[in-house]
Order: sequence, then C-alpha cells, then structure tokens
Amino acid sequence: MGLGQWLEIGRMDELGRLDTPAHRLDARAKVITTIVFIVVVMSFPRYEVSALTPFFLYPFALIALGRIPPGYILRKILLAAPFALVVGMFNPLLDHQVIASVGVWSISGGWLSFASIMLRFVLTVSAALTLIACTGIYRLGAGLERMCMPRVFVVQLLFLYRYLFVIVDEGARMMRSLELRSARPSSLRLRVYGSLVGHLLLRSMARADRVYRAMAARGFDGKIRALHRASFQWTDWAFTGGWTAFFAIARMWNLADALGRILAGGGS
Amino acid sequence: MSHHLVEVRDLHFAYPDGTDALKGVSFRITHGESVALVGANGAGKSTLLLHLNGYLTPTRGEIRIGETPLIRETAAAVRRAVGMVFQDPDDQLFMPTVFEDVAFGPLNAGLPPDEIEHRVVSALERVGMAHLRDRPPYKLSAGEKRAVAIATVLAMAPDVLVMDEPSSHLDPRGRRRLIELLKSFKHTKIIATHDLELVVELCSRVIVLDDGRVVAEGQAVELLNDETLMLAHGLERPHSLRHLHPH
Repeated sequence: MGLGQWLEIGRMDELGRLDTPAHRLDARAKVITTIVFIVVVMSFPRYEVSALTPFFLYPFALIALGRIPPGYILRKILLAAPFALVVGMFNPLLDHQVIASVGVWSISGGWLSFASIMLRFVLTVSAALTLIACTGIYRLGAGLERMCMPRVFVVQLLFLYRYLFVIVDEGARMMRSLELRSARPSSLRLRVYGSLVGHLLLRSMARADRVYRAMAARGFDGKIRALHRASFQWTDWAFTGGWTAFFAIARMWNLADALGRILAGGGS
Repeated sequence: MSHHLVEVRDLHFAYPDGTDALKGVSFRITHGESVALVGANGAGKSTLLLHLNGYLTPTRGEIRIGETPLIRETAAAVRRAVGMVFQDPDDQLFMPTVFEDVAFGPLNAGLPPDEIEHRVVSALERVGMAHLRDRPPYKLSAGEKRAVAIATVLAMAPDVLVMDEPSSHLDPRGRRRLIELLKSFKHTKIIATHDLELVVELCSRVIVLDDGRVVAEGQAVELLNDETLMLAHGLERPHSLRHLHPH
C-alpha cells in the first residue's frame, strides 16, 4: 500500500464532489457556521467536559447530511491526534488538584483539562474536516474569497492543498525506489533520511513549478473563479442562523447536564 | 487578427545558473504548418517551448506570435493564442475533476458559464473523452490523461498548439490515437519530440536543434532521411523511411 493510498489523499476531492443537501449549501454559510462553532467550543473554561458534548451534534449532522463516511473522518482525526496528545499530556502530571469525583474515584483537574483538550480537538478537527469534505477545497476557496478574505491567503491555501498531492506523490515514488534498493528498509540510517527529505523538497519544488507553469499557460492570474456561483439562499440563512442559535444556547446552558436532570427527574 | 504565425528571431537564453540553453535560435512557422522540433536531450527544445508562451523571458532576441511581439504586457493574450501541452499530463491536470480541469482555462478567460460548458463539452468530445467528465484526473490512464490535457488546451480555442513530447508514456494504441487526433487538427502545430516516426506522420517540416542552435531546417522526410545529419545530432533515421523509395 502506497503512502498516497494510506493517506487517502484523493478521497477528500471525491467527497467534495458529492451532491447532497450539505454540499448544496453555500460555502460561506458552512464556513461562517464552522468558525462560530470553533470559537464557541474554544471559549469554554478549561475544566469543562460535559457541556461540550452537545456540540458533537454539529459535525454529526454535517456528516449525515453530506453522506460522508464517518470512518474516513475518524481516521483523519486519529492521524492528527498525536499533536493534541502532546499538548494535553502534561496536564494530568502537573495539575493534581481534585476537582470532581465520580463514585469512589476522585478526578484531578489535570485529567479533566486533558479530557477537555481532547474533546475540543476532536470537535474542532472533525468540524473542519467535515467542512472540507462537504464543500470541496476549490469551492471553499472561492467562498472564502467572496467573504473578503485576502486573495493571497486563499491562493496560498489552495496551493498548499494542491501541492500536498504533489509532495505525497513524490514522496511515494522516492520511498518505492528506496525500498527497492535497500535490503532491510527498517534499518534506515539518519543520513539517508536527511538526503531523502532534502531531495523531496527539491523535487516537490520543481514539480510545483511545473504545475504553476501549466496554470499560468491557461491564464491563471491569481484570481479564483468558481464555475457555479451559488447565491445565498434561505436554506443557507437557516443553516447558519439555526446552528448559531444552537451554539449560543449550548454555550449558555449545560445541555448535557440539563438532559441528565430531566431524565433523572422523569425517572424518579 | 490571426495569431497563427510564429516567428522567433535570434533567441538567446541563459538560466540563472549560467547555463546557456539557447544561443541564437531563429525560425518562422506559418499558418497551419506542422513543425517538429527535434534534437538530443539537453538540446534546448523544452527551454525554447517555454519561451513561446512567455513563461521564460529571453535574454536577447524576439518572439512574435502573429502580429504581436511577445513581451510582458502581451503575455496574457499570447497565452490564449498559444495552447501548450506539457510533457507530463500530471503537471497539467490539477483540478478535482476532468470537467473542472478543462474549464480552468475558459474560466480564467472570463467567459460566461454557458460558453464554458459548451467549450468544455466540445473539447472533451473532440478528444473522445466526454464520458470522463466527472472523473478525477489522477485516476485516468496515461492515454486518457494525455487526451484530457490536450482538451484543456483546446477549450481555450488556441491558434497555435505547442506540444512537448506528446507521445511519451503512451502505449502503441494510445500513440496511434494521438497521432490520428493531432492529424485532424487544423491548428499551427509545433511538436518537440524524440518520436521521429510520429514526426514522419505528422509534420511537414523539421527543425533540428543542437546545443541551443538550429543546426538544420527543412522538409521532414528529406532531413530525417539524412543519416549523417541525424547521427551527428544524437538522433537516428526513422525506420519507416528506410523502406521508402523516392526514386
């Protein structure tokens, strides 16, 4: 299995081209909603855990609406998980203050904030990934540009994404030729890796130059033009407005707690 | 206004590292002509091609496409007139779908959506790839990629087609299809290639480059038949011509 396949790098584009209710929404509606979502999720105090859980509704709804395989998003989250783990892993070691207790176990603030970090990570990353998967990077870029995002940034974003394919592709070719010529691929020396990474950079740059050349040959002048200029429909307003209202409510009241109390109250 | 004329006068180019790639290249290609640019590896073919749509700027000399001298200010117009098919279709196909890739040029030209749709569909039909319109380009076969790459250029309705090694990576059937396709085009064509059999079939005139200079220029069959000339410049006499008996 090649590196490219392992990263399922082309899959995002395929998903981005689906035609579902989520895909038909204006890119701007989804961008705004996702930004509000991320800001609200990040605004919670550091020990908050239970109040965050209702926010899973948003990525879940987009995944369902956009018919995106949840497994795909999950695998991508796991790929990025080590970064969040590194950020959060010292909290349990440094913060021993007992904040809460569940039955006989007492939970320290460190573990609580660690859980909170991981939750926020899963929430925001899944929302961002779902946004790309049900919009497609090109439409997303065009949407961002129409939202008055400076064109330089949008073009950067698109190139970054496009060249990811280039780099992975070049990397896969190099790994293959390396594997073919080394008896024990597991025992790679550091020096070889250094040269490999250097070559990867140079080759990717050369390839990027050729891609740019082909774009310039077809009249690319730094402007992003989308084929389908969606206009903001009432569904887009409803989507953005509805979710923003939900986020506001979930930020102000702990819905998970309330639900628990209602259920407990109903049970007694 | 016709752009079908390509004129190159005393073109010099040195890469930033000091390599003199072109040392005074001159030629003139007229309306509807099909010209092959042949020469060994490193003769300067690709460098020359990159000048024809203004990607590289000559250190000395001049290029004219039709009546327009190719300078920075005219580069955008010239790029519309000169369609360039690059050597590696993977470099040329960068959009998520075949349709979007073919639409990229017309979209940048600022055409209305209906016209874009029309151009894309007819360009894809022209190369026989209309059924692939919604496929991602990286999943196509080499032959399909090449055809789509040509369609991306056709959709811009160029007057001149410039191609770098169009038959590389193609299997015999794909190559045959490509030749038939190119034969059917009425554009002025400039083809840089090592595939001399393709030259015999497609081109009326040949320009031989060696070490950044034009070393020979003339009728295709005549030049390619000159074994001494071919061997002297890292080429060979095409096999098909050995069986031709002009006398």
